[in-house]
This record gives sequence, C-alpha cells and structure tokens, in this order.
Amino acid sequence: MRFIINEHSIEADVDVRTSLLDLLRDHLGLTGTKKGCNQGACGACTVLVDGERINSCLALAVQYQDREILTIEGLGTIGDLHPLQAAFIEYDGFQCGYCTPGQICSAVAMIGEIRRGLPSALTEDLALEQIGFSEDEIRERMSGNLCRCGAYNGIIEAIRATYAEESAQEREAAA
Amino acid sequence: MKFDTPATTNPIDRLKVVGKATDRIEGPLKTTGTAPYAYERHDAVADPAYGYIVGAGIAKGRIVSMDLAAARAAPGVIAIVTAANAGKLGKGKFNTAKLLGGPEVDHYHQAIALVVAGTFEQARAAAALVHVHYARTRGNFDLAAAKSSAQPPKAGGIGGKPDTAVGDFAGAFAQAPVSLDATYTTPVHSHAMMEPHASIASWNGDQLTIYTSNQMINWSKGDVAATLGIPAEKVRLISPYIGGGFGGKLFVRADAIMAALGAKAAGRPVKVTLQRPLMFNNTTHRPATIQRIRIGAGQDGRITAIGHEGWSGDLPGGGPETAVNQTRLLYAGPNRMTATRLAVLDLPEGNAMRAPGEAPGLMALEIAIDEMAEKLGMDPVRFRILNDTQVDPEQPSREFSQRQLVECLRLGAERFGWDKRVAKPGSVRDGRWLIGMGVAAGIRNNLLMKSAARVRLDSHGIVTVETDMTDIGTGTYTIIAQTAAETMGLPLDSVIVKLGDSSFPASAGSGGQWGANNSTAGVYAACMTLRDKVAQALGLNAADVDFADGQVRSGNRSIALGDAARSGELVAEDGIEYGDLDKTYQQSTFAGHFVEAAVDAATGEIRIRRMLAVCAAGRILNPKAARSQVIGAMTMGVGAALMEELAVDTRFGFFVNHDLAGYEVPVHADIPHQEVIFLDEEDPISSPMKAKGVGELGLCGVGAAVANAVYNATGVRVRDYPITLDKHLGRLPTLT
Repeated sequence: MRFIINEHSIEADVDVRTSLLDLLRDHLGLTGTKKGCNQGACGACTVLVDGERINSCLALAVQYQDREILTIEGLGTIGDLHPLQAAFIEYDGFQCGYCTPGQICSAVAMIGEIRRGLPSALTEDLALEQIGFSEDEIRERMSGNLCRCGAYNGIIEAIRATYAEESAQEREAAA
Repeated sequence: MKFDTPATTNPIDRLKVVGKATDRIEGPLKTTGTAPYAYERHDAVADPAYGYIVGAGIAKGRIVSMDLAAARAAPGVIAIVTAANAGKLGKGKFNTAKLLGGPEVDHYHQAIALVVAGTFEQARAAAALVHVHYARTRGNFDLAAAKSSAQPPKAGGIGGKPDTAVGDFAGAFAQAPVSLDATYTTPVHSHAMMEPHASIASWNGDQLTIYTSNQMINWSKGDVAATLGIPAEKVRLISPYIGGGFGGKLFVRADAIMAALGAKAAGRPVKVTLQRPLMFNNTTHRPATIQRIRIGAGQDGRITAIGHEGWSGDLPGGGPETAVNQTRLLYAGPNRMTATRLAVLDLPEGNAMRAPGEAPGLMALEIAIDEMAEKLGMDPVRFRILNDTQVDPEQPSREFSQRQLVECLRLGAERFGWDKRVAKPGSVRDGRWLIGMGVAAGIRNNLLMKSAARVRLDSHGIVTVETDMTDIGTGTYTIIAQTAAETMGLPLDSVIVKLGDSSFPASAGSGGQWGANNSTAGVYAACMTLRDKVAQALGLNAADVDFADGQVRSGNRSIALGDAARSGELVAEDGIEYGDLDKTYQQSTFAGHFVEAAVDAATGEIRIRRMLAVCAAGRILNPKAARSQVIGAMTMGVGAALMEELAVDTRFGFFVNHDLAGYEVPVHADIPHQEVIFLDEEDPISSPMKAKGVGELGLCGVGAAVANAVYNATGVRVRDYPITLDKHLGRLPTLT
C-alpha cells in the first residue's frame, strides 16, 4: 500500500484491519499522533487528510492510500516550529502534552473551515461569507478535542493569537 | 539535607530564575509530538509483541473454566497469560485488588488474561475468542444500601484518625439558634487522563525494564517487585513523559504487570495499553460519598458547633474517601466532630484522585456553609471571614504556618465584583438566562515527603539533574531546571533535567500536590552539596563563595563554573529530609473560588460565565505553569459540579458509562475565561524553597462555588452532584 504522509510517499504492508492511527504510530514510527480512546471520542488522534481533520483511530489505513495525510510531524519541527506550535508554548496551551498534537492539527484545519465559511452550531447567520473568529466560535469548533489537564484557556489564546497575527500579515500583504 | 528549622535567606531568594513566569522547557518536544510516551518507545525496544487484556465479565465470583483453544489457534498468537499459568503472584503494597484475577474475580473488568500476538490487530482479534465460563456470586454494589453496615476504617496514613471530637458538639448543636442538618452526595469520579495506562516490558535475563506511565516511580518499583516476586533491584521503571495522571497512575496497574508476564511468556518484549473502555472499571476511581453536615451558629454568625460525617465504600482491605478531614481545619468553632465510615463494596477499587478527601468533602461542606449564611441572612464571604481561624481548631496550640484565606476571599470578592451579587436567589435575569454568583473556600494541606536528586557539572558549565521525580503535566521539568539554575547561578538553558527513571535517586514523586515543593527542595539540597564540591575543586572557601552569571566568585576572584569540572565531571547526590515542622505547625494552602453561572430559564441548561481563583500557596516557583495547574483544576471542578459521574449498575456491579463518550468531562465549549491570582506569600516553614503546592488546591472548593452560583441563579438547591438540569428543571422560577 502506498501512502502520502507529510509530503513523502511511503510504502507499507499492513493488515487490512490496521487503523490509520496504528499505521502511523506502530508501523511508521510517527508517534506524535496520539491514541487516547481509539473510539473517536477524544480527538487526540486528529490528523489532516486533504486538508480536512479526521479522527485517525476511526479510519482504516487501507482507505487512505494516495490521499494527502498531514500529521503533527509534518507541521513543524523543534528547529522550525509552526506558528501555532510556538503559540502553544507561549500561552501554555498544554500540560501533559498528550492531547496537544491533536489540538494543534485540529486547530489548523478549523481555521481553514472558518476561512471557507463553513458554519458551526453557533453560527447565527448561515448566509455569511465571512464567519467571525470569536472565542465562542473557536470553543465550539474545538470541542471534539478533549484536554483533561484543562488547558482550554491557553489553547484558545494560542489559536487566537496565531490567527490574529496571520490575518494581520495577510491584510498587510494584500495592501 | 535535614530541614528542621524554618528557612532563612538562601540562594533561592535571589529569584533571578525561580518565581519567573517561564515557558515549559519540554514545550518544543510536546508541541511537535516528539516527547516519547511509554507506548511509543520504539527507540528503546526493538520489535515488541502486542498484548491485549481480557477483562472479567462479572463483578464477583469465580472463573469456572476458560476456553483458550480458539484464541491459541488464531493467527499470530504467541502466548496467552492467565492466573493458571502465570505462576505465583503477590500483591503490591498500594494495590487493593490483584492485578491479575482468577479463578476468583474481585471486580468487573479485572484483568483475567493477556493475549500476546505479533500485531495489535491479531492480539485484539484473538482476545475476542477467549471464552470464559463464570459462576457469579452476589455482591454489594450500592453505597446507600451498604451505609448502615459501614465501620470506622483503620487509623493511620494520610487520612489520620477516622473520628475526632472537641467540646460538646451534640449539646451545642441542639442549642444553636440557627442550625443546618443536611445530607449531600458525590458520585464516583474517574481520572480519565488522556493517555491510557501503557507499558512496554523487556527482560534481560532476570532483569526487568518497564517503560511505563507512572507518577510514583519508587513506590511502583517496589510494587512491581512485590507482585512478581523478584528483588526490587532487578526492576527498572522508566517514565519520563506521562500523559496525565490525576492519581490514576500513582500505582502499578495491570498494563505493567501483564506486559512483564507477557514478555516472559513470549520470550520477547511486549507492549500493553489498557483499552479505554476497560480503564474505568479496571483501574481506580474516586469513590462516591454520602456526607451529613450539621452546623450551629449564634445570631451573630459565629459557628458554635460543626459536625461532618462521611460514608464511602471500597473492596475488602481498601480505604475510605476522607471527605470530612478539611472540616477539622477550615473554620473555627468550639464544639466539633468528624466521623469517617467505610462500607464494603464489590465495585472496582477506590483510591486517590486529585485532592482525595478535600475535593468531594469541600463540594459538600462549602454548600453547607452557603446554606448557613443564607439562614443567617449574612453574605457568604462575610460568614466565612467571620469564622476564620489562625490555629488548628482541634489543637489550638498548633498555628498555621501561613493562612491567608481571609485575604483570598477579600481580594477575590473585590476583583470579581462580588458586591454586585444579589443575595435573593433567582432575581437576576439577562434575557433568557438566570444569573447567579457563587463563592467557596478551598483548603488543601502541604505534605512533606523526602526527595533526593543527583546533579552533575561538566566542564562546559552545564548542570544535569537526575531524579526519579515525574512530570505529569505539572511543569516539573521546568521548576527543577529553575531551581538548579538559581542555586548554581546559571541561566536556565545551562541546565538539563532527566526525570522518571528508577535508576536515579528516589524523589517524592507526583501526588498530593507535594511534588513541586519537595522535589525542588531535593534538587536544591543536591545543588548545595555540588556547590561545596565546586568550591573545594577550585580551592575556595565554601563559606565565602557566590555563584552567579555562570561564575564562581570569591573575594576578587571570578572563575567560570565549568572550570571546577575541568579535570572531570563533578557529581553530587543529596536530598531533603524533614524534621517535625509539619507537626509543630499546620501547613496548608488556601483559595477563594468565585463563579458566575447562567441557567436557561426555560430549559435549565447551565453555563459557566466566568471563574476566578485567588490562591495562597507559598512561593510560586513558575507562575505560568502554576496558573495552568489552577485553571486546569478549576476545569475539573466544573466537571465535578455539572457532569462527571460514573453510573453504577447496582445489579451487576460495574460502571456503565465506561468510555470517554459516556463519562462526560468538560470540553472547550464548557469552559469560559478563567482568572487566577496568587497572593504574595513565602512559607519558610515548608522547605528551603518556601513553596507549597497548587495542583490540588485549584480543585478544592470549585464544585461548591459552581453549585452555589447555580443556586443563586435559580433558588433551587441541589445537594446531589452532578447538578444536571433534570435535578432543578421542575422547580425553576416560573417563566414570565
């Protein structure tokens, strides 16, 4: 089977019962993606597939051949942190660190969803092309990612700070 | 280093590094997914086999037979471990039930078999082919039904005596002009940490190494040895990163023992994680409580009588939830009593979860205090301040080393805008929402535990700290680095911290909010010994040297610290041990918790709008991580108040909602902006660090502050947690 993971083409021969999560963690050594429940209830296993966030524990690896898979390892490295990774450190958006890769991957895709105008349960006007980036919108959209250490305030601050900076840079570039 | 007199000025007081809000030094590892947790140690163990645990399908009884033929014949299966072939096993000092059951079954989902196979998928599929025939026996699963049979538990341990009494409680309570007699219940809670228990076990001859996820390395090394019947020196535990614990990883659990047994049987390393739906019944939990509180007061609001009785249950040989203990210390009052009773229940093993005792105890006590204030027509902040005590009320000769509860409450009330609270409940509306404010006091004791460390200095002036201390998300790596940097006069990035390895000196470990103060005091002690060695190596008088800016200074001489190790690494090992300052003084931490809640007037839905904690907990070593500890605990307190409950099936004896979909914990959308204020405090009686802990204090009282805010919003008093909308919906104020 051929997979495209973090822009690398990878061949792997695994049991067809293997989840995408276990493919990453147990067969490819990409252990940044975490197994919290293996039932789709906690979000620790969040990865991006073609830019969309999914619970990799509920995905059979065999179904994700030739799709663009992005994991925390592909987002940034210790020497070259993604801005959101740096913001998580600055705003202390984690404690034990186990939900953290999932929170970060989820947030990256979530920002994309807002930019594409996808509404959430909180969005009052579904016809809006530009959805606001309020704290409540982010909280609603991030609620599939549990953090038992309770670092929610820091996570929201990190996401807002990163997004605000990115938006400002984009506005500057546009001007 | 023996600490038996209050600290005077020492190198930590310079506060160049300690006390500064500091990013976690392991932050880059955790945010990039490169911090190695137990199940991920491919770097250390090549080609492990996979173990999958089979949990008992009954709560109490016997295994009559186990048919393993189909499982054995399944593809990839290497070995199957059961009690029948595991050999004689002991039981750890800290375990109540055996970690491998059979033929007797002690509780539901107790491990009864481990299937080891070449892949995870093979092991899981084969485990489903294990057929077990049970003979069930009747058990006691209902705390309310077992309450009348409850007995005083054994005295001793952290909980102390089961009963205390001062003065004439019964007489004073009977005569009190204003009194309250109310019963409260708290349900079973689960730690539900994000990382499931996990271990990789590897044997090299008779030497066992387990990469595991464990808060207390030294306790657990002993318990692995005791369970397997091997000498402790043959066991090495390695646990540098832990995906949350909250007390659930204080002890050796089935993952570690079954991985060790599986690896022995398979003849190769084996990795085992507890599958999430197994965790809730297989491991420990915070026991449910029933609590009766009686308070009597004069018309002036002074408490004349206070009594707190608590009931909980556990397996035979287990312990109680010490929910009454904070009532011995929190408020003044000449006539008082507490009593703890323990029933035998055949549910899974109860044990410590974050702030054991105080968390459920304050959930009840601090509602009762709110109810008393209302009866007296007194503001609940004022009522608490009026009944403050500066001495242990049961032993008035014992003063508190520091006690700033009144300051916490006063400052909190001011910052929160408490003066805008309307005392009459159900009287503030914001559109469809009923709005209320609630307050509660928090107290959690400061426990002293000996703790050791080894420090190494190399010729580049880099100091490496080694201790078996753990970082469960608490920020240990960073505060230990800050401590070593401060003591040795180095910048933070000149310190390397290595944790969680039983080959390092034994530390206090992570539990009971004692980790920060004790483990850093142990590192301080080791660094002070290293300073002496540095002075000696440089030919300086140890009494007259200053360590600052990477230099060692004495008189006019200034020498780079690394020069002391030019002819070889300098190594020092020391630790902190305590005298009786915790007996002479009562050492505790305090908080004032403030909450604003909104309740939908039509549906009863409860939302938390804002939260504030003001904490007095000694010197705060890293305000950034300490704040995170407190807001995280406040989050857990919201869970306890509004949603967390393991539902007991009292017929079959198990927790029904045993996964993260059914056991609800707060999510992003449940938690509003949270504020934390730390009072400026140093406690020279606690340790040379003058610090205490905050990780459990942050939870103590939060649940009641939420409950009191909801009551203030609705006027409906709910005394049975969690406060779900069904409990007040039928009694909400009439919609207008």
